[in-house]
Amino acid sequence: MRSRHVYGLAAALAIIGAALFLYKVLMVGLPLKRDQKTDLWEVEVAIAFAARGRPVRLTFPVPPSPPRFTIVNQNFVSRGYGVSTVEALDGNRRAVLSIRKADGKQSLYYGFVVLRGPTAIAAKAEGPPEAVVPKLSEPERLAAEAIHLAAVAQSADASTFVVQVLKQLAESRPMRSVVALVGDKPTERRKINAAAKIAALAGLPARVVHGITLGLDRTHARFDHWLEVHDGKQWLSFLSDATGPGLPDDKLAWWRGPSPFTEISGGDQPHVTITVSKSRNPTLQVVRTLGEQAKAPLLTWSLFGLPLQTQIVFRLLLTVPVGVFLLVVMRNVVGVKTFGTFMPVLIALSFRETQLLWGIALFTAVVSGGLLVRLYLEQLKLLLVPRLAAVLIVVILLMAVLSIISHKLDIASGLSVALFPMVIMTMTIERMSITWDELGGGEAIKEGVGSLLVSVLCYLAMSPPAVEHLLFAFPELLLIVLAATVLLGRYSGYRLTELARFRVLGGRDT
Amino acid sequence: MPGLAKRLSEAGVLGINARNALYMLPHNPRRLYPLADDKLRTKEIAQKVGIQVPELYAVVASPGEVGGLHAALAGRDDFVVKPAHGSGGEGIVVVTGRVGDNYRLSDGTVMDRAEMDFHLNNLLSGIYSLGGQTDKALVEYRVRFNPVFEKVAYQGVPDVRIVVYFGYPVMAMVRLPTRASRGRANLHQGAIGAGVDIATGTTLTAVLKTGIVAEHPDTGHPVSGICVPHWQALLDIAARSWELTGLAYQGVDIVLDRDRGPLVLELNARPGLAIQIANRAGLRRRLDLVEKAGGGAVAPTAAERVAFAKARFAAVGA
Repeated sequence: MRSRHVYGLAAALAIIGAALFLYKVLMVGLPLKRDQKTDLWEVEVAIAFAARGRPVRLTFPVPPSPPRFTIVNQNFVSRGYGVSTVEALDGNRRAVLSIRKADGKQSLYYGFVVLRGPTAIAAKAEGPPEAVVPKLSEPERLAAEAIHLAAVAQSADASTFVVQVLKQLAESRPMRSVVALVGDKPTERRKINAAAKIAALAGLPARVVHGITLGLDRTHARFDHWLEVHDGKQWLSFLSDATGPGLPDDKLAWWRGPSPFTEISGGDQPHVTITVSKSRNPTLQVVRTLGEQAKAPLLTWSLFGLPLQTQIVFRLLLTVPVGVFLLVVMRNVVGVKTFGTFMPVLIALSFRETQLLWGIALFTAVVSGGLLVRLYLEQLKLLLVPRLAAVLIVVILLMAVLSIISHKLDIASGLSVALFPMVIMTMTIERMSITWDELGGGEAIKEGVGSLLVSVLCYLAMSPPAVEHLLFAFPELLLIVLAATVLLGRYSGYRLTELARFRVLGGRDT
Repeated sequence: MPGLAKRLSEAGVLGINARNALYMLPHNPRRLYPLADDKLRTKEIAQKVGIQVPELYAVVASPGEVGGLHAALAGRDDFVVKPAHGSGGEGIVVVTGRVGDNYRLSDGTVMDRAEMDFHLNNLLSGIYSLGGQTDKALVEYRVRFNPVFEKVAYQGVPDVRIVVYFGYPVMAMVRLPTRASRGRANLHQGAIGAGVDIATGTTLTAVLKTGIVAEHPDTGHPVSGICVPHWQALLDIAARSWELTGLAYQGVDIVLDRDRGPLVLELNARPGLAIQIANRAGLRRRLDLVEKAGGGAVAPTAAERVAFAKARFAAVGA
């Protein structure tokens, strides 16, 4: 009954901890490593035009939330213009910038940041749309049908059909029908437009997609165009030189359909410049910025929201349970004897400041010095509390002397001796000397070395930056540590050292 | 290693984790511990049910009373000073006689009054007590141990430790002081532990530290085959100790006085596990037998429990 309760509690704690952890890794995107970087691109659109002193209404599309990217920090720099976004008839979202009266040269800016990230929301499921039969002039219709027939003959299904169409349109020595449809030296956009029309003639819902390539820095980025065809189940993307469906993962779709980028009334045709600049930022920072914008409770109610000074404290504190857990294992499963229950963990904490080797050397120096004094005081027969106080005073003096000596010798690490918890050291010396008295020097040194060994192990477990980051970003991992500790609380097997102690009882002859 | 663990487990050897998790935590309520930890209270409750203990001469409860002790002990030539909360024989001073105003100790040295006062003050400040809390000093009758152990004890007083579970004496050993243990009867300080056959009361093999020994290292006399006197009485006392404290799992330390017979020295709420090595047998099998017999649920008399123990826990091959 009691055991079931313990197992239940441990399982519940572990499941809650693991679930929160996985949610934060997979859904929120908090990085497992502190120095993990995320690519992000700043995209800036500059729109320049001359206004004619009349009301101006300028619209341009804003990119939808694409499946593989996250768009953040959308902003408009457009002094005096009213900004709104509308859902256009062709399904695009368009920004509308309007002003009652503008004259002369106008410069408007629109920018956003794109990043690859797991925070993207899955695209909404769409039912199969209807193919819209395109309006074509008679010669165009004949040319399109010729291409259509040739492509049908060489294809097996929707996607191979589209590839064949694109291939005919891209032929370096195009057929006459192709020239009739798209002209002599067609732009990519014209070819994709024509392919969309031919696909529609074939009864396949098709649309033109306009987007940009998120690669390296580009000061004059140009729009790419590609084709999307619905095969009855989903939209498939085809580049103009495609040999099959698929889109490189650096393409960001911006708007769909035949409409132009800008539509304006009350001004000249605008001149559009798109700048893309790439940067690598720490994932942690990006995710936090995103979370703050989205007011995600898991991020705003996390340790990251604390004042910096407090954060530093918690970075340290949260690693303590790891050391404590290790201590439990060392004491209850291995059977190492230590002075004081949690003394090794506290010593391990001070090793962080002193560095390991210096820490061990300084700790050994102070404890042995203190022990010598304690053994001398033993002869004076002092009462307990004054004796403890005397040892504490000696410990502080020793620390001061060590600091001065190391400073004179130009050993900076020696100064960190001041960071050892002196009360803990004093208690260690006292316990060690009592053990020395009662069980002999061998036993005392054995337990002292045991304590130091556990301290070193705790230090090694607690101090790696990776451990610190993991526990700070995912404090719920401590629930798993807690679960393991609770389970160890019911461990009733032998300690490793007991195996040696009772070896004689396990002999085969008995 | 895993093979050894398996063999130990098959032999029913009890480890510390198992002792704590399976026997002490569930069956020894924390609030009952003071009955065993405080030797003064142990004495009181034992006397109430007629179990013999070393006679109490005086109690020193505060530093102010230290000075008055010498007068209170005026008529006594020999006595023992011990902390009420001591463990492991720490802080015990055995006075065997007087040298003028000073005290002669069991190891032949002399302690003057100032030294005695200093010792008492240290003791009262909690230097020997388990949690370091302030303590009381008991002054009591000095046991003159039964001559049967004369040849296998170095100074100090040998005692019999019996581990009791729900009032069933499950395992026993005689603890013999050595020179290395400085006259103390604690195994981890270097005393010898000799297993005792529950059925007959004769000593079996003996353990020193973690190894098996045949003779006492200081006297050279064999430690096995000694017949512990008053064995039946010792078992009776052990069985009744359960009703005394209510602690299901405890150790009873009994000394055999030449004149007064078995006296309970102290009860131990956390008896060690070395007794298993001394007996070359695991405790766990015996504890499980007690639980199978009903543990604390059924309530046989102390005599019935002793009979059960003698029948079931006899040494194998003895």
